[in-house]
Amino acid sequence: MSQQTMTQSPVGSGGAPKPELTPRPSFWNAVGIVAKREIITRSLSKSFIISTIVTLAIILAVMVLMPRIGDWMSGGPDTVAVVGEAEPVVAGIADGAEIQVLADDAAARQAVIDETVDVAVVPDDASPVGVKLYSLDDIPTDWLQMLSVSPTVELLDTDAANPGVLYLIALGFGIVWMMAAITFGMSIATSVVEEKQTRIVEILLATVSARSLLTGKIVGNSAAALVQILLIVGTIFLGLAINGDQLPTMNLTMPIIWFVVLFLVGFVMIASMYAAAAALVSRQEDLANVQQPIMWLVMLPYFAIIFAFNNPLALQVMSYIPFSAPVAVPMRVFTGQHEVWEPFLSLGILLATTGAIIWLAARIYENALLRTGKPVKWKDAIKSEA
Amino acid sequence: MISVRNIHRSFGDKHVLKDVSFDIKPGLMTGFVGGNGAGKTTTMRIVLGVLGANNGEVLVDGAPMTDTYRANMGYMPEERGLYPKMKVIDQLVYLAQLHGMSAADAKHRGLEILDRLGLVGKPTDTLESLSLGNQQRAQIAAALIHRPAALILDEPFSGLDPSAVDATVAVLREVAATGAPVLFSSHQLDLVERLCDELVIIADGRIRANGTRDELLAAGATGEWELVSAADTGWVREAGVSVKEFDGGYVRFLAPTEQQANEVLTGALARGTVKSFGPVQRSLHEIYKEVTQ
Repeated sequence: MSQQTMTQSPVGSGGAPKPELTPRPSFWNAVGIVAKREIITRSLSKSFIISTIVTLAIILAVMVLMPRIGDWMSGGPDTVAVVGEAEPVVAGIADGAEIQVLADDAAARQAVIDETVDVAVVPDDASPVGVKLYSLDDIPTDWLQMLSVSPTVELLDTDAANPGVLYLIALGFGIVWMMAAITFGMSIATSVVEEKQTRIVEILLATVSARSLLTGKIVGNSAAALVQILLIVGTIFLGLAINGDQLPTMNLTMPIIWFVVLFLVGFVMIASMYAAAAALVSRQEDLANVQQPIMWLVMLPYFAIIFAFNNPLALQVMSYIPFSAPVAVPMRVFTGQHEVWEPFLSLGILLATTGAIIWLAARIYENALLRTGKPVKWKDAIKSEA
Repeated sequence: MISVRNIHRSFGDKHVLKDVSFDIKPGLMTGFVGGNGAGKTTTMRIVLGVLGANNGEVLVDGAPMTDTYRANMGYMPEERGLYPKMKVIDQLVYLAQLHGMSAADAKHRGLEILDRLGLVGKPTDTLESLSLGNQQRAQIAAALIHRPAALILDEPFSGLDPSAVDATVAVLREVAATGAPVLFSSHQLDLVERLCDELVIIADGRIRANGTRDELLAAGATGEWELVSAADTGWVREAGVSVKEFDGGYVRFLAPTEQQANEVLTGALARGTVKSFGPVQRSLHEIYKEVTQ
């Protein structure tokens, strides 16, 4: 170094003080800082809060109103016309229906045609049960059943849920899993691409490791997802408390506990995949393509559970596939078709798969994060060094 | 002192950096100059540890750079990046926390820097609501927020108006005065010539010149002299030096030693009034063009 430089520079290199070094935050410290930002920017956004409230309101409305929907659909109690000796028959079975006694067969027909009554019951010797029904344009199934002669049925397993309830519960687990996984998965993907697109990722990587960044994102979004799931579960229990006599409350507790546990692990798995996929692209526009395979992995269990909710073998198979376990295991627990150890085995398989996927995702994320331009191929991101 | 030693880096078949070595001295502003694709950004990323080198190393005071030191560097990437929808002061605090600062300290320091850099608008505005020049100020603040132990700035002055350049330079000098090595790249050679103490010129992945500004300027002055006289200077062609350019009273000639140049001066004084005489000082621009060819 020349003398000239020494005189030009305000501070020469020789006697320059040394700046003090601030200790680098630990891995988990950095994770906490990143996670906190994720939670604040995602969960405190207006759109998120509004959509959460709407979702909860819909769930509560469905829970409270579902048992009463049947009454509304049929438009209240029927009015029925009876003629002659049909009257005592109907009076014995007409549960809440309004009965009009008419003079003869023709008057009953006319009342049905005029729509002053929903249905008319008239004596008919040709009929095996001795009466005939008049109805305007549809077959009055409920009246048919009431007037039919049926053998006695005794249900031996009185605890088993009826298929309708089973279907609704399958639908519930399926929708909650799919919606939460896609919503929060996309949220983490958007966050990763935003950092790549704005290049802030370069500044971040100059400060913290890619792994702490990735972990922070997964922790933050998983926490937000868990809070939303717990809110949904809380709403469901609130609905059950309001409507408890109409729905099988007790049976749902264990399935929901299993659902929350499996959801948490499964979501971490899905979130890692979304983060890895997002790291491959540099623009939000390219995101749709790379995240499509993951979308299918999330949506297929939903379709499968809707079609197979009543098929024990299919449910058993699905409970051992990590991607469908979060919906299949709670269903099996609900129907009681499982051995005690089976949910734990499913959880074990899910944990192992999640571990492997996190490892792979971290590798892809680290390798692809600084590559901008065209989307990076999965294969290249796994193979090569950045 | 940060020492870059024999760095090689390839991307696929492209050999982007070839044996790159230079020093970034503490307390000084080192300008890093080169054309597009010369390897400036790649070099800076390697110094920061964002990117790995195929070969070679980056030393701090003779020892390999530690993670702690790395986390204490300030970086401004060429392609600007901060969160568009986040409040400016919030992002500064976020970045400072990742650097290990407390939130309260970071907020205090962030407001101070934004003020020093002349940010127009509120620190609580979102980044995207600011003008480009103000976004640039926020970006510089992001590199300075944690009282960096070293600064690596990729094109820090592009997009700034002259007064913002002055404000930025003042802040950068202040950081340098704390003993931090400062490296900045720029395309604006006149700015580099004015600002930097040391200069590193890179072209096609190789360091072409490296030293203090005056050393480079002196090295660039390849023994040429200029003389302007009231009298005709045609005689210089027979004076034993090689004449590069000649026009009436003006002559530019190459003299191997100062003594020979002075002999020409003595001859000129004997023939008439000499208006000016001295070694040819070339601008950084000319030197840059010459060494990068």
